[in-house]
Amino acid sequence: MIQLLRIELYKIFKRPRTYISFGIVTAITFVIQLAMLTDGKGFVNFALSGVNEQFDIQGNILNGYLITYIILQSLLIHIPLLVALVAGDSLAGEANLGTLRLLLTKPISRAKIVLMKFLSSFIYTVILIVWLAVVALFFSLLLFGKGDMINLKSDAFVMILQSDVMWRYGLAFAFAVLAMTTIASMSLLLSAYADNSIGPIIATMGIVVVLTILSNLELPLFTVIKPYLFTTHMIGWKGFFDDPVPYAAIGRSAIVLVLYTVGFLTATILYFNKKDIKS
Amino acid sequence: MQAQINVLLEPIIETRGLSKSFKNFHAVSDLSFTINHGDIYGFLGQNGAGKSTTMRMLLGLIFPDSGSIFINGQEFNNSQRHLLSKIGAIIERPDMYGYLSGWDNLKMFATLSDSSIKADRLHEVLEIVGLKGREKDKVKAYSQGMKQRLGIAIALVHKPDLLILDEPTNGLDPQGIAEMRSLILSLSRDHGKTILISSHLLYEIEQIATSMIIIHKGKKVVEGKVNELLNPDETYVEVDINPDSTIGAKIAGSQWQAYLSSVQPATLVFKMNPHHTPELNRWLVANGIDVIEIKSKHSLETYFLSLTDDTVITNRAI
Repeated sequence: MIQLLRIELYKIFKRPRTYISFGIVTAITFVIQLAMLTDGKGFVNFALSGVNEQFDIQGNILNGYLITYIILQSLLIHIPLLVALVAGDSLAGEANLGTLRLLLTKPISRAKIVLMKFLSSFIYTVILIVWLAVVALFFSLLLFGKGDMINLKSDAFVMILQSDVMWRYGLAFAFAVLAMTTIASMSLLLSAYADNSIGPIIATMGIVVVLTILSNLELPLFTVIKPYLFTTHMIGWKGFFDDPVPYAAIGRSAIVLVLYTVGFLTATILYFNKKDIKS
Repeated sequence: MQAQINVLLEPIIETRGLSKSFKNFHAVSDLSFTINHGDIYGFLGQNGAGKSTTMRMLLGLIFPDSGSIFINGQEFNNSQRHLLSKIGAIIERPDMYGYLSGWDNLKMFATLSDSSIKADRLHEVLEIVGLKGREKDKVKAYSQGMKQRLGIAIALVHKPDLLILDEPTNGLDPQGIAEMRSLILSLSRDHGKTILISSHLLYEIEQIATSMIIIHKGKKVVEGKVNELLNPDETYVEVDINPDSTIGAKIAGSQWQAYLSSVQPATLVFKMNPHHTPELNRWLVANGIDVIEIKSKHSLETYFLSLTDDTVITNRAI
């Protein structure tokens, strides 16, 4: 099993296109940081315009913690695409390349192959999120310095002491890994059905976009299904920047995401175990 | 020791009543055949006859609708995939990871077959297939022939008893085909491998196969030892003539009718001892038939066509 996992990881990280994802994360992060360097103060003043009359806010508000939060909000919409680039390619890409044939003539169960593909996609996701954490948090702190963090919400703002921020980021990034693992498992399922990787990647993004819209629409028709959509729970990481932290709600979101992940993975194994390989 | 002898007495592959359909298309119907240890087993059929589907079923890539496959006497199905450790295969093209080196590809697939395989064995198979010195190159820089050789190295590396080679000469130039033929013969003769091989090049199969099966439209037409199916004293002699609508009548009643295999207005095919060709030529000329060319055809090719080509008119139809 370990050998198979090693091989899967070797294939992922030997392929040049894997590093496109890391490049995109880095580029977007730097662009946002650059924009904040040039016009960050205006942005903060605009965001706080509603509360400036009631509160006297002093200190370094435009600090690395706030910038990281802004980056996370922007990037976590795009990261599903970067996860799908690897997970959606894992079975369908091999079918397209013709190597799936050779792989499946080896004395290894198909279930193990799917599990190792999933695990390698998970490890890739972890590394991508860790990379995001490093470039977003480290460089934002380097460029903008430290300070208490203001979490700006539509109807309120939450003040978090500087000493109370890092553990929240740790848990938020861990939650982001869980959410992206759900995306990876869905992408893997779509990949099992396809013989080229474009289909699963586009389908993954299509599903995420449609379900995210449904999750955000405030219409009675969708209120019933919202709690069951994984996209509703993917933003659970934001809860770690509330005060007090809504652990029960975050826990529920985590359970829904785990159930979806297990469901997608089981469906992939069941389908792939019976699939005729004609490519 | 006794267990080893028992395994050798069992056919290495046996299929019983294999059938597979894709929607309404019957790719393989009730196919039974046996491959014994040491055979070079030719698997012949036209495009779409069901060869690749059958080979994929033997490797667990496609699941039969009905029927059974036995590998060394043990029934093979999706829960018995360990039996695949006895088999090495190239199915259609030897597709590999182009962005990795030949060595990386070989090492990776070797590990998947048997994690205890050491670097010495990798060097050994590279030597056998003639890729030594090129193993560090990226596979995307390999020629088709080199890819085929690497495919065979991957198929061989875990020391399987049986090699399944689906069209291993596809895309090779004449020199590559000749080299592949001698490699396959050497694998059988020097390394004791049993080989199941399909090819469109019937002459190649005729050169190397010890047994063969011909399938047509998913069904077995004939199976047996090549030397029993193809009598060397009876080759096919094809005679091209000026079109003659009375040719059937002229031959009917003559001594050559018994040897006539097929007849068309401009082509006659006789199944006969090739030593009688000059005598046949004299008779044709004496009977006013303009002979353009006489050639001995490779017997397997003609035999194959006589069994699978629905357009040939055989002497039974005269």
